[in-house]
Amino acid sequence: MSAAATRPLETAPIGQMIVSQVGSVLTTYRRMPGFVAISMGLPIMFFVFFGIPSIGQRTANGTSLGSYFLASLGAYAVSNVVVYNVGIGVATQRARKFDLLQRATPLPPFIAVLGNVVGGLALSLASLIGLFLVAAIAGVRMPAITWLILLGWLVLGSLPMLGLGLTIGYGASRNSAPALASLVYLPLAFASGLFVPLDHFPAFLRGIAPYLPLYHSGQLGWITVGAGNESLVTAILWVAGWSIVLLALAARAYRRDAMRKFA
Amino acid sequence: MIAVAQPVVELVRASKRYGSVEAVRGIDLSVPEGEMIAILGPNGAGKTTAISLMLGLRRATSGEARLFGLDPSDRRARSRCGVMLQESGINDVLKVREIVDLFRSYYPHPMPADRALGLAGLADQADRQIGHLSGGQRQRLYYALAICGDPDVIFLDEPTVGMDVEARRAFLESIREFFREGKTILLTTHYLEEADQLAERVVVIDHGTIIADSTPAQIKARVAGKRVRFTSGRTLTPTDFAALPLSHLQIDGDRVTLLSNDPEEVLRALFSDGVSLRDLEVVGADLEEAVIALTARSPQKESA
Repeated sequence: MSAAATRPLETAPIGQMIVSQVGSVLTTYRRMPGFVAISMGLPIMFFVFFGIPSIGQRTANGTSLGSYFLASLGAYAVSNVVVYNVGIGVATQRARKFDLLQRATPLPPFIAVLGNVVGGLALSLASLIGLFLVAAIAGVRMPAITWLILLGWLVLGSLPMLGLGLTIGYGASRNSAPALASLVYLPLAFASGLFVPLDHFPAFLRGIAPYLPLYHSGQLGWITVGAGNESLVTAILWVAGWSIVLLALAARAYRRDAMRKFA
Repeated sequence: MIAVAQPVVELVRASKRYGSVEAVRGIDLSVPEGEMIAILGPNGAGKTTAISLMLGLRRATSGEARLFGLDPSDRRARSRCGVMLQESGINDVLKVREIVDLFRSYYPHPMPADRALGLAGLADQADRQIGHLSGGQRQRLYYALAICGDPDVIFLDEPTVGMDVEARRAFLESIREFFREGKTILLTTHYLEEADQLAERVVVIDHGTIIADSTPAQIKARVAGKRVRFTSGRTLTPTDFAALPLSHLQIDGDRVTLLSNDPEEVLRALFSDGVSLRDLEVVGADLEEAVIALTARSPQKESA
């Protein structure tokens, strides 16, 4: 009678796997300051260029332009992270065939995905906090509760773009992922009014914006600082709808990738 | 307790088809506990596909694969199994110990990280980033990842690729040490002397089927041949060898290499045909040539 045959059939606790998986994604981000700095630094830079000079000015309905730009660039910042860092990160893991090795371990595949998602959300939270600090130091003043609500809505508003990031990550190659991310995300952010307020746009662009996911992610922030153009419910429904569509697209890309490798 | 010997790994008439290509055709293989088995065969023979079936990375088109009597993708089976695959890459910025700890967290009863690193010969590299490892060290890291969960069976696909002679020697010794603890080891390799030194059982796969399954000594005996190599005075064609006892023939311009159980008879026939030979060399066939001879014969076997 052998030791192996008497060994009970066991598996490691799921919680332990999730903690270590997320931890390793975060460690990876910490060791790649250049990659992360671009994601975190660009929104701060834009805020310094556009937000700070206009902190003292107010919109027609009395909202500080500083708060307005903070909400716009906050929406840009969180989504920027989940599109670029998650999208390119996942595409890179696939190109290295690390997914293949991980698939042969007892790690349930959904935890590998979860690690990337939670890691990405943690990084977007960090980029928001960085942006908020810069804004607060530069003189943006809001009630403490508004800062918190803004933070919450902005993170939730990144869900549609998390779907886009994962779709790119599981659908595109390592070489095409960065180009694809820029090609889709930058025009989307611009057309949604995250860089330049929409009233500066030609009419046809203003007509398109209300159908775009990031426009409504932006609205979640603008509504919080008192500069929204639609009701909170409308914004939530649009964001939820786009999240479902894009996360379903990501699930499809994931399954196709898995079918090709593991069927 | 009844000691019914349940195989650790089992393929039952397992076939795998990719589109129109049948990579594995009805393989039967059973690996009992505590065995060290080497899978050999030319590139594209179906070795990696066969291992993918055993690991549940691929699903058999027909037939069945079992790991500890379970579906190989069952997490309880995988929790007792360690894997080293070809060309897998790891995030370069993690440190050696960090990735080992990550993989340890996947298993219910992992070995201490230091022990895995020690067995893999990476104790001094524990705090280095993976991106700074040499090719051979990287290969040993994959080995550390395969064993860190203290599995009962490990699958090693071409484990010593990229290692220098000294690293390879130390690595093979480490595999032996792991084996002596009663572990089951299944490896594929291109270095056949490695299989010869390590394994007590050799399975030769060609064109998706098993064409030999026995000890290295028996496989060599099956060919039991000598390798004859020479430069001929005139260009020879396969018809010149038609009636001769050969198991393998390769003509490369005027350079001829053949395997034969009866090299004296071959040379006698060639001399009596008036063929002049230069640079004649007759040596005993090694396992590599035995496999070449076996796989060269296998197409005829298939028509049977």
